[in-house]
Parts: sequence; structure tokens; C-alpha cells
Amino acid sequence: MHPPESRLNPPGRPFGPSRFLNQRSFAALGLAGMLTAALSGCNTVVLDPAGDVARQQGDLVIVSVLLMLLIVIPVMAAVVIFAWKYRASNKDAKYEPDWDHSTQLELLIWTAPLLIIICLGAVTWTSTHLLDPYRTIGRIDHETAIAADAKPLEVEVVALDWKWLFIYPEQGIATVNELVVPTGRPLQFKITSSSVMNSFYVPAMAGQIYAMPGMETRLHAVMNKTGVFKGFSANYSGAGFSSMHFAAHSVDDAGFAKWVGDVKASGKQANTGQTADAPLPEAPAAMPLGGNLDRAAYLQLEKPSEKVPVIRFASVDPELYGAIVDMCVEPGKMCSSEMMAIDARGGLGKAGIRNVSMLEYDKNGRQAGTDATATPDAAVRKELAWVRALCRQIPGSAPDGTIKAPTDMRSLNGAGLAAPQSIGLGQEEARAPDSVSRPAHVSLISRN
Amino acid sequence: MAIEAVDHSHWSPLLGRLWLDALPQEPIVLATFVVVALGGVALVAALTYFKLWGYLWKEWFTSVDHKKIGIMYMVLGLIMFLRGFADAIMMRIQQSIAFNGNEGYLNAHHYDQIFTAHGVIMIFFVAMPFVTGLMNYIVPLQIGARDVSFPFLNNFSFWMTTAGAVLVMMSLFIGEFAQTGWLAYPPLSNLAYSPWVGVDYYIWALQIAGVGTLLSGVNLICTIVKMRAPGMTMMRMPIFTWTSLCTNILIVAAFPVLTAVMTMLSVDRYLGFNFFSNDFGGSPMMYVNLIWIWGHPEVYILILPLFGVFSEVTATFCGKRLFGYSSMVYATLVITILSYLVWLHHFFTMGSGASVNSFFGITTMVISIPTGAKLFNWLFTMYRARIRYELPMMWTVAFMLTFTIGGMTGVMLAIPPADFVLHNSLFLIAHFHNVIIGGVLFGIFAAINYWWPKAFGFKLNQFWGKVSFWLWVPGFWVAFTPLYILGFMGVTRRMRVFDDPSIQIYFVIAAFGAVMIAGGIGAMLVQFAVSIWKREELKDESGDPWQGRTLEWATSSPPPEYNFAFTPIVHDIDAWDDMKRCGVERPVTGFRPIHMPKSTGTGLILAGLSTALGFAMIWYIWWLAAASFVGIIGYAIFHTFNYKRDYHIPVETVEATEAARTRQLAAAGA
Repeated sequence: MHPPESRLNPPGRPFGPSRFLNQRSFAALGLAGMLTAALSGCNTVVLDPAGDVARQQGDLVIVSVLLMLLIVIPVMAAVVIFAWKYRASNKDAKYEPDWDHSTQLELLIWTAPLLIIICLGAVTWTSTHLLDPYRTIGRIDHETAIAADAKPLEVEVVALDWKWLFIYPEQGIATVNELVVPTGRPLQFKITSSSVMNSFYVPAMAGQIYAMPGMETRLHAVMNKTGVFKGFSANYSGAGFSSMHFAAHSVDDAGFAKWVGDVKASGKQANTGQTADAPLPEAPAAMPLGGNLDRAAYLQLEKPSEKVPVIRFASVDPELYGAIVDMCVEPGKMCSSEMMAIDARGGLGKAGIRNVSMLEYDKNGRQAGTDATATPDAAVRKELAWVRALCRQIPGSAPDGTIKAPTDMRSLNGAGLAAPQSIGLGQEEARAPDSVSRPAHVSLISRN
Repeated sequence: MAIEAVDHSHWSPLLGRLWLDALPQEPIVLATFVVVALGGVALVAALTYFKLWGYLWKEWFTSVDHKKIGIMYMVLGLIMFLRGFADAIMMRIQQSIAFNGNEGYLNAHHYDQIFTAHGVIMIFFVAMPFVTGLMNYIVPLQIGARDVSFPFLNNFSFWMTTAGAVLVMMSLFIGEFAQTGWLAYPPLSNLAYSPWVGVDYYIWALQIAGVGTLLSGVNLICTIVKMRAPGMTMMRMPIFTWTSLCTNILIVAAFPVLTAVMTMLSVDRYLGFNFFSNDFGGSPMMYVNLIWIWGHPEVYILILPLFGVFSEVTATFCGKRLFGYSSMVYATLVITILSYLVWLHHFFTMGSGASVNSFFGITTMVISIPTGAKLFNWLFTMYRARIRYELPMMWTVAFMLTFTIGGMTGVMLAIPPADFVLHNSLFLIAHFHNVIIGGVLFGIFAAINYWWPKAFGFKLNQFWGKVSFWLWVPGFWVAFTPLYILGFMGVTRRMRVFDDPSIQIYFVIAAFGAVMIAGGIGAMLVQFAVSIWKREELKDESGDPWQGRTLEWATSSPPPEYNFAFTPIVHDIDAWDDMKRCGVERPVTGFRPIHMPKSTGTGLILAGLSTALGFAMIWYIWWLAAASFVGIIGYAIFHTFNYKRDYHIPVETVEATEAARTRQLAAAGA
């Protein structure tokens, strides 16, 4: 379904800062007296972030303000001037009680906002596509293009009640409430939630995106400075929401490698959690959790808790994240992709009535549904095995939902942008029927 | 670290899940309960002592007169406004002290209810009653009608809205309110995560009030379309009537969506359906889309009538025809249509594709074009005018300056990548308060000051009005500028405690702004009291204290129950101004009996039964739910057999009323 990039992005102008989006000079010019001055006293991370994506987003805020001020300032000035000049006590001012129409003025009052909106609309269209969180980033910063062979660091993010779980599939480690990323390396976040909606937001890095249960959202970003930044949930998710924040550390490559090593080493000390090591400060006391993050440990972890200190897991079940998105971490649950696969083949009919408890995922309230599957008996296991066998007969897997960053920045002029396509089942690749991997949860991706 | 869960799982056939644990537990709520209970007892005692029950029942509660219903809506809005503001100031205090490990004075269970209740109350039970009340009072007068199309329905609508408000108020003392945010997104609002009564109170309050809102929308559309005075073509309707028409079209088109989505949430909660749950392929994203398909038009439902108010006020106090009448009308229509094409901008961050996001971002920006055109129209109405700075005009100028900023920040949020960094932040909070306070509330205050003399026959005290104005407008900016800045600092909404002490100062300033606003509200109440006290000094005999331009100023203040003894004939946009210029004589002879609708208590009774139904459903008291449901159906059928629905005001009464009016006008020297 994806058109080849090359068709819409003919080779031509080399990569370079765009006219529209590199507004730092623009911003410096216009905002000297305005926003920045007014806000210079505060730590306005949104306008002065450490990550390139957030910076482009912050610049957009400034550009849009400048564009609108073109009309807002004259209007507000006119309101004040007219309000003063035509006050009743000023008998010198002209008074024309029957003047109520002027074609020229009408033309002006409709076209002036229209022109501004045409400019803003163009900026919106291009920036929305370029800064689509699903799209890989095209540059490290405004002067560094991304290396052709750069492989993003993948981080799987799970919003739990009320803490954040970060899984590093490549490194095989996981942490709670601690995000560590190497500076200057492209990052790819896959985001989901275990129970309710949250929003994954590190203001210094990139804009937020919702974390939703049973679905996966994506975010691509990069950190350009080292440091410790705030990350939190930006979508209210219940009683423990206020303290659902984490530290996002941006460290150099060596620091990252050392940290990964530390996390791996810490877990060998038989589930005692971790101890804080430089360069990461202020890690709180050890938790009883730690060591290997397998399904059982996850089910323990996902239970609601507040103000959870940093937890590090030296190893992680590689299939855990997929199972979380698929809502089948619990042993007796049918994966929702399996449910969909069954439905796609027309459903089970009345036979499907028997397996409803396998499909009840809401964890806190519906304990009855949970009990039946938490410790599945032989019958449930057999049933589930049958479902899995059925689903494996369906060949196919999902295309990776990632949208590539444009290689050619001419797209900023409006042409040549590959329209991001919906991710559907159309691009299935045939797989060997004996493939052991479960069917990927394509339609779980919250992409409409 | 474990979350303490209170067990509310018991159930009995008689009381459902209502039991002693539903009574107030927290000291703050308990104290409020005691105060409210004492106040309520005192009120009931006073009404009984002064023998006012009969008067209230006969003249107000059962009245189908659109003017009285309009006033009752305004009173409802005002009472709920005080409640909603109490919630606001509690939040401001909590957020200004909860730093450095201080948990503040509100626990999560209480605080989360407060911000939910604040939003629900301010939108559904403050802004909506105010807007509906204004339209009810003014529209029939402006189009030269004697009442709305369906007077009984009007009374019923009011009481259904009140029933919803009563349920919300009950939740303060019996049980709990939702802890979900004002739109109750699932899965959080599902039974699994909100097991007790909070969300059920939310659902039933909205469903019952929604019936009232929808019916009132139907009623007013019908009134405007069918009951205009002869000669008042669509393009001669006053702008307030135009905006009311568009608002009611929006209501009729949007509120059924809310009803449907609430119904789906209810069957999820009550019958184990899975529309929005995580189970069985349910999708919370569907709820978010549906609720905003209602929610965005709702924003325009609130603001459009106030755009109408500002148009009327500007033209009147500028002593000038409104600039660009037809472009104002078309701007209103464009906004009405576009308001249905923007809902997704409330959740760009959900991960829709870039094309989808851009589409909704751009449609959102396009709305600013007609809105900008409106602002220019008001601006050019002020051009070469003689502006009299009475209170309504002061509020209008404050609106124009404040709303422009709010509009600008709104367009900023309409750019999806910018929204990614500002969404759900305090910047967003500042933005929508900027447009709702700066637009809707300032408009309500302009309208109250403008039409009060029409409703009661005396003007409002100017001194206290100005005190209120000068506390409100700077107070607003003191309260919300820090929130804009905090948004840029990446501070998110609905936080109960903070860990960064450097931002405390902004919350302290915001709290100070809230105190200024509290002063503004206090001054407004004093203004009402002083004006009523000194009503003889402020009396307006003419019925037209501001040199008005539209038909409501053609009749006496307060208008007789039949509004106009003779239906006026309209020849121009500003009909009353035109009549004054042409020297149209007020007819003093040839009166006829006037056909009028009769008062009925049915609306109140049905709404009372609906409250019982809602309460029973909330608490799972099935016998009461069944009984009240049967009662509603039964009483509604019973009412259809009531054939005594109308009467004629005898010609003598009309003559006497009009003769008194003639004497009054002569005395006033008009």
C-alpha cells in the first residue's frame, strides 16, 4: 500500500533545512520582543526543548503566533482606538448612524483572515506530515541528516497503573519509571497501555501521543542534548495519575552502553532490584521486583500502585510486549489478534459462546472473569490451544507500520510528500505455514 | 503503596447499593453538607413562613410563560455557577499548596471528583441554562411572538434540566461524583475502573438534562421558523435570533449523539455490553470520537448566542446599525456547518494519520475566518459611532480584546504538531477558559446587564457592576496568564500534586486571580441585591432604557404576559428603531381577547419522576426505577387527557393593562 518513496520524491535538491520549518532565525527575529522575552524567566521547555522533534514543534508554535499576530495586533489596536475615539463624549468624532455596509471593507474582513489561514494551512499540512509521530525522523538536527544506515533504538513503552514500563527489545532489558536513551540516536517508541488511556509525553524530546490498551501508537524522536528531563502521563488516568512521572535521561553512547551493562548486571543479584550508579543520579531504594521480567512478573507489576521507584529488569521475555498489546499476558486469555482472526474467518458461531471468559481483559474490576483464566484448567488450555492452532493456519503478518521520513525536503513545498497510508491487511506477505510466530496484531495499531 | 479500595459491593432489594457508606465521609464535604442542609432548612422555613409556596407554585414552577421560564433558567445557572466556582477555587488552592511533598488538603478521590464536577457543572448546568434562559426570554420578544411554539414543552424542558442539576448536586452528599474528567473517557469510566456510582450520576444527570436541552432546541427552532411577526423575513431577523436559530439547530443535531453515546456507555456499565471496554474488541476510541462529535458543536452552541448578544449590544450602544448584517448572518451559518467538521482536533494525539490530522487542523483554522469576520463587523460598527459605555458595552469591549487572544491560542492548538506539545497542558486549559469566560461568560454578563431592565423594569446598579467588571476582567488575566506560561513549561492538567517547587509561584498567582474573580462574583451578587433594594431609583418607565433597536424594547418592562397586545409589523432589520423613526403610534384601542396557554404542573411532576428514575438507576434500586418509569409513562399519558390547556385573557384585562401602560408612558414623558 505504501507508494515507493522514489515515485513521489524524485531525486533533486539535497537535504537541507526547509524554508518553512527551520524557523529558528525566523523566531529569533520576531519573538525577540514578544514571547521569549516574556517567558525568558521561566523554564519553557516546550519552546526550548532538547530534542529536534520537539524543537520543530515548538518553532511551529512560534511561527503560528507570528503569523496570527499580523492580524491580531491591528485588530486589538483598532478595538482600543475606536473604543476611545468614538466614545459618546467625544463630539468631534464623526457619527454616521446609518452607515452599515462597505463592499471594500467586507472584502477586506473576509480576505485578510483567509490569507493568514491559507499560509497557516500550508504550514499545517506540511508540518503535520513531516512531524507525523509515526514517520521516522529525517534528521538529527537542522544541520545533520540522518545516516542512511542508522538504525533507531527501539523502546517499547507500556503505561501501567500508575507507572511506566520501558522495554528495550534490542538490549533485552526493561525498566520502570526510568527512560535512558543515547543522545543523537534516532528513537522509535512503540506505545501501549495495560488498562486505561494515558499519554506518553517527554516535553523536552517530542510531542505526546496517547497510550491505549490493546492498541499500539508510535513515536519517533531524537534527543540532541544530554541531561535529565521530565516525562509523564499527560492524560488523566485515575487516582495515581499525579505521580505517574519518570526521569528521561539522555546520555552519550558510552554512558548508554554502561547503563545497559549495569542493568544487566544488577538483575543477576537475584531479584534485589538495582543500585544507583553514575551517571544516573537519585535512583531510589531497591524494590522487591527486578531480575527477569517474565509474564508472571509483569502481572505482578501491572497491579495498581503509586509513586513507584525505579525498577530495573536484567532480562525480559521477548514476547511480553506483543502479548501486552494483544492483551494475552495472562495464561488463560485469548489474544485479541486471535479473536480477530477467528472473526475474520466468519467467527465460531455458537461455539464461540464457550470461550467468553478468555476475552475479558479488564483487570481491576471484573475479578470473576479473571479468576477463570488466571489459573487455567486443562479445559481452558485445550480450548486455547485449539484457538491458537486455528489462527496459525492463517498465513500473513503485518507490514511494519512505520512511515519513512522523506528523503527529499522539496516535499515541503507541497509536492512529493508520500501520503501516509493506513496500515491494513493489504500488504500481507505470505509466510511459511509452519511459522511459529503468532499472527501480528495488525489491526490493533490505532491508526485510522 | 497499595491503593486502598473501599468495598461498596453490598446490595439490598430495598435500597439497592445505597447504604451508610454513601454518606459524606470527608470533613470538607461533611461541613459543606451541614451548611447546605441548614441553609436548605432555613430556606424552606422562610418560604413556609412567608407563605410563598403557593405563589411560587402558581406563578413560577407551573408557569408556561417563556419569560418566567427564562428567568428560572437564569436563576438555575446562577446557583450552579456558584457551585462550579466553589469547585474552581478549591482546585486553585490545592494546586497552589501541593508542592514539596505537601499533599495539599484534597485527597485524590475528592480532587478528581472536583475537577470532573467543575467541568460538567460549568458546561451543562451553568453555560447551558444561561444560554437557554436568554434565548427563552429574548427570542419570542424579538420576533414579536406571544410565547414559544410549545409552551408546556418549554416548562418541561426547564424542569428536566433542573432534574439533571439536582442529581449532580445530590452526588456531592450521597455517594460520589465521577472521577474521570468531564467527558468520562472509557476505559476509565467503565465499570472495571469506576465501579461505584460516580459515573452513573454523570450518565443520568446528562441524559435527563439532555432531554430538556433537546426539547428546548426543537421548541425554539419551531418558534423562530414559524412565529415571526409579519414582515420579519429571515434576513430581517435580529442577529441574536439568528444566532439562536443556529444554536438550536446545532442542539437538535448534536445532542442526540450525546444521548446515544451515553446510552452505549450505560449499557456497557449496566448490561455488560462492550462498546467501549477493552474486552471483546470494544474500542474506547469510538467513544472519544462520538463524544466530541457532540462536544465540538457544543462549544458553538454556547458561544453563538453570545455572539448575538454582542451584536445587539454593540449596535445599541453605538447608536448605529450593525455593520455588515448579511455577512454576520453568513458567518454564523458557516460556523454552524463547520462546527461539525472539526471534532478530531480534540485528539490529534490519538495517532490518526497525518492526512486526517491535517484535514481537521485546517477545518478548525477555517472557522477562525467567519469568527474573525464577526469581530471585524463589531469593530466597524464602532467606527463612526457614538459609543455609550454602559455596562453591557464595557463587557463587549472586554470580550473583543480577550476573545481575540483566546481565538489565537485556539488556532495554535489547531496545528497538529503544535498540539502534540500543548495538548492536555495548562495551555489548553488557559485557552478554553479564555474563550469560555472571555466569550460566553462575558457575554452572559453583558446580556444580564442589558436585558435586566426589560425583565424587571429597573436597571442594574452601575457602581457595583463596574466593581464586578474591574475585578473580573483583570482577575481573569491574573488567573489564566500563569496557566498559559505553565503550558509552555510542559505542565499538564488535572494534577493534584507537583514535585517541582519552581513552578509554585505561578499557581499562587493563578489562585490570586481566582480570588479576584471571586470578588467579581461577590460584587455582582451585591449589584443584584443593591439594585433590587433601590429599584425605585433605578426604575425604567419607558420600556426602552437604552434606545434599543429590536422589538423587545417596543413593549413595557416587564412585558405583559401576552408580550404584545397587537402583533407588530416589521419593515426593517432594526424593527423598533425603524418604528421609532417612522413615528409609529402605539395602538390604544381595538383590543381583543388574547388566546394564551395555561399553566400546568406536569413538567415539574415528570421531571421529579425522572429524578427518581435516575437516582434509582444510579443506586440499583430496581423497584423504584420500575415504579418511576411506569409513573413517567403513566403521567405523560394522563396529561394527554388534560384538555384545559388554554384560556383567553378577557379584553377588559388587556384594555386595563394597556391603559396602565399608556399612563406610565405619559408619566415618563415618552
